[in-house]
Amino acid sequence: MGDHHHGPAKGLTRWITTTNHKDIGTMYLWFSFSMFILGGAFAMIIRAELFQPGMQLIEPAFFNQMTTMHGLVMVFGAIMPSFVGLANWMIPMMIGAPDMALPRMNNLSFWILPPTFLLLASTLFMEGGAPAAGWTFYAPLSTTYAPPSVTFFIFSVHLLGVSSIMGSINIIATVMNLRAPGMTYMKMPLFVWTWLITAFLLVAVMPVLAGAVTMMLMDVHFGTSFFSAAGGGDPVLFQHVFWFFGHPEVYIIILPAFGVVSQIIPTFSRKRLFGYDSMVYATASIAFLSFIVWAHHMYTVGMPVAGELFFMYATMLIAVPTGVKVFNWVTTMWRGAMTFETPMMFCFGFLILFTIGGFTGLMLAIAPADFQYHDSYFVVAHFHYVMVAGAIFSMTAAIYYWLPKWCGRMYNEKMGQAHFWVSFVGFNLAFFPQHFVGLAGMPRRIPDYALQFADFNMLSSIGAFIYGASQIMFLYNVIATIRSGTPTSEEKTWEGAEGLEWTIPTPAPYHTFETPPAVK
Amino acid sequence: MCFDVKRLCKLALGPVLILMSLVSTGAWADDSKMNQLNMPVSVTEVGHQIYDLHMLILWISVIIGLLVFGVMFYSIYYHRKSRGVTPATFHESTTVEIAWTVVPFIILIGMAIPATKTLLNVYNFDDAEIDIMVTGYQWKWKYEYLTEDGENVMFFSNLRTPASEINNTEAKGEHYLLEVDEPIVIPVNTKVRFLLTANDVIHSWWVPELAVKKDAIPGFINEAWTLPTVEGVYRGQCAELCGKDHGFMPIVVNVVSRSEYDDWLAAKQSEAAEIKQLMAQTFSMDELVERGKAVYDRSCAACHGANGEGGLGKAIAGSAIVVGDVSGHLDVGINGVPGTAMQAFGGQLNDVDMAAVITYQRNAFGNNMGDMVQPIDVFNHKKG
Repeated sequence: MGDHHHGPAKGLTRWITTTNHKDIGTMYLWFSFSMFILGGAFAMIIRAELFQPGMQLIEPAFFNQMTTMHGLVMVFGAIMPSFVGLANWMIPMMIGAPDMALPRMNNLSFWILPPTFLLLASTLFMEGGAPAAGWTFYAPLSTTYAPPSVTFFIFSVHLLGVSSIMGSINIIATVMNLRAPGMTYMKMPLFVWTWLITAFLLVAVMPVLAGAVTMMLMDVHFGTSFFSAAGGGDPVLFQHVFWFFGHPEVYIIILPAFGVVSQIIPTFSRKRLFGYDSMVYATASIAFLSFIVWAHHMYTVGMPVAGELFFMYATMLIAVPTGVKVFNWVTTMWRGAMTFETPMMFCFGFLILFTIGGFTGLMLAIAPADFQYHDSYFVVAHFHYVMVAGAIFSMTAAIYYWLPKWCGRMYNEKMGQAHFWVSFVGFNLAFFPQHFVGLAGMPRRIPDYALQFADFNMLSSIGAFIYGASQIMFLYNVIATIRSGTPTSEEKTWEGAEGLEWTIPTPAPYHTFETPPAVK
Repeated sequence: MCFDVKRLCKLALGPVLILMSLVSTGAWADDSKMNQLNMPVSVTEVGHQIYDLHMLILWISVIIGLLVFGVMFYSIYYHRKSRGVTPATFHESTTVEIAWTVVPFIILIGMAIPATKTLLNVYNFDDAEIDIMVTGYQWKWKYEYLTEDGENVMFFSNLRTPASEINNTEAKGEHYLLEVDEPIVIPVNTKVRFLLTANDVIHSWWVPELAVKKDAIPGFINEAWTLPTVEGVYRGQCAELCGKDHGFMPIVVNVVSRSEYDDWLAAKQSEAAEIKQLMAQTFSMDELVERGKAVYDRSCAACHGANGEGGLGKAIAGSAIVVGDVSGHLDVGINGVPGTAMQAFGGQLNDVDMAAVITYQRNAFGNNMGDMVQPIDVFNHKKG
């Protein structure tokens, strides 16, 4: 890339002032990884305290701060920015665009994030501690009964919303305007499709979250009573508003992961994706359904039975398009010629574990049964199966898959395989037993528990430590690849890979597709 | 990229283990609580319906999972490049797509029918014989039996596990964290309706074996009901994050025979009447201190220390409030300190107990004030 006349600026200014989609993508990815480590550290503290019954290491109040910060940092700091980083790197290269449509806004939307998370993390050191009402921060625990730091938390959420909305607008503008000639919508790679739909979801629901936290701010500082029953307000209103954001939010997290898996499985099956069109329609259906199922998070608040029935039926419907996706992936493998490199292994991990998470999701959708599952460890197990084994496994697969293209060096395959197995075993050891304790009656978000839950909690903690440690292998492998991996200049790193990103030189030059490619 | 069978066996091991444990979830046979894998066996008919529904969906999921993963592993084994296969080129099939949209939809309808029936049953609050008002507090439950003669029975139910067990200085008892000072008592084979609300933040009242979980929300009154058919002691916990001691506000329900319940209720009612009488009496210092020590140990010691040395709360020994003016001391006891963990105990302790504990605090731990507070003083203070 050195001989190119539009090379990057030198030193720190390159990263602060850059408008290059690859630089910004790289920054997003490193930032999200550092947040992944931070959120992971919080999780390790949680699991260490839960290793045995009794209070050993931390106080209950701090435990609540840890569960809250773990959730917030993982959702908003690790998973979402990682997929935005991937979108930055890959969308222009996949649709034959020279860069993102709005490069300066791209820079801003990234650079809002580090100060925002500093602000959020700084609440840990404030008087009264960090917010401790869980990542769902239900009022009035998060308003009337919150520590003063909640104001800083509200400001952080506003900033995150601004960043996400700018990022999404940029993705929409890029996909709609900068596709290479001949690349019609129905020829776009599925990763681009899933991100386009995700971006619309983000633009639709981030303002709703902003509304929720603004009402909180008013309640805390300006004497309103949106969520305070004492002043005529409604604590349940908070939950409706939050989950109207929150449910699409979980699809915001998982849809790009679907996109990644839909790129990788055909590559290593050496066979075209079965049912491209139905995959697109399924994604759109899931996005639509995500807006009309929010109250399935609230079956126990005392909704009228008609409401329960509506949300139960609508939620069960999600199983249909999700099933279509899983069936299509498996059929893509059918009679392919498969190999099992690390990205494919993580996709298998995704497919198996996400499907299990989907099944427990179906169980949770059944309102009367949910009266038993709700707010128990069964729910914790469920959403870690879809969030970690869904989103993070697919993100990991994506890194292994495209890293050689990004840096022109091959990662260490043996270590990648080891990383997969250690994290697969660690993950299941950590989260599978949580189904059992949840069904047996262990509520979530408790710092200490009855003796009958002790063995499974210890197993779960050991698994969590193994899963945490496996991320160090990942970090080591990525750094070792960048610094001293075997150089590769093959345009197509993988034999079965298809798509515009595999037509450009390896490593990807600083500027690509300055003249748009022709797409048949 | 050459892969041998050994490698594939390793590849298959993880998923197989998961599937085995999934299956074992269904095939559980151990009814001891330790390491229980599945929902506890309910003692209500609704609970059995919920359990059946839970197992139905679980088994449907397991079967679909086995089919999908079976196809996947078949592919992984037979359709791998190292066997020298050439990839097929087929893709898209409207027929197949329609099939795997319609078939799951039909299966879902099959699930929705029993789910709807059970849900309607859960929502049938009619014909309850007993109404109990349940109010969530940070971090305890208040129960009030709404009787027809207006002589309501009201009491608080606090965690009984001592701090020493939680802090690992003493061995943990059998019902660690699932024991309370005063359980709620209901008769067997009787439909009991719970009316749930909360005093501060949202709580959730959950007893798995009674098949009840409902949020207790400030400003709302939610309904739930149970009809236990087996006598016994059933334990549960608060299920909605409600602050620092969310993990320390258990629920214990004693399901007893109808006659035992009637005796218990009568005893509680006469106890309440007795307290009413006591409120009009004047007590001696010794009486107040004796009663006050019991109240202190139950309601204050968790935060202020068994010897008034402080802890989460401020020290009682030598406290400026305690050795100061009586009305200031009463004020803190009755109204609490807003914005701190010090709650308003005025609604939680009766006037006799309040008078006793204030007197005790003023004359214990080296606070030799020598003065007494009588129930009438508490009553007058509350009136203002």
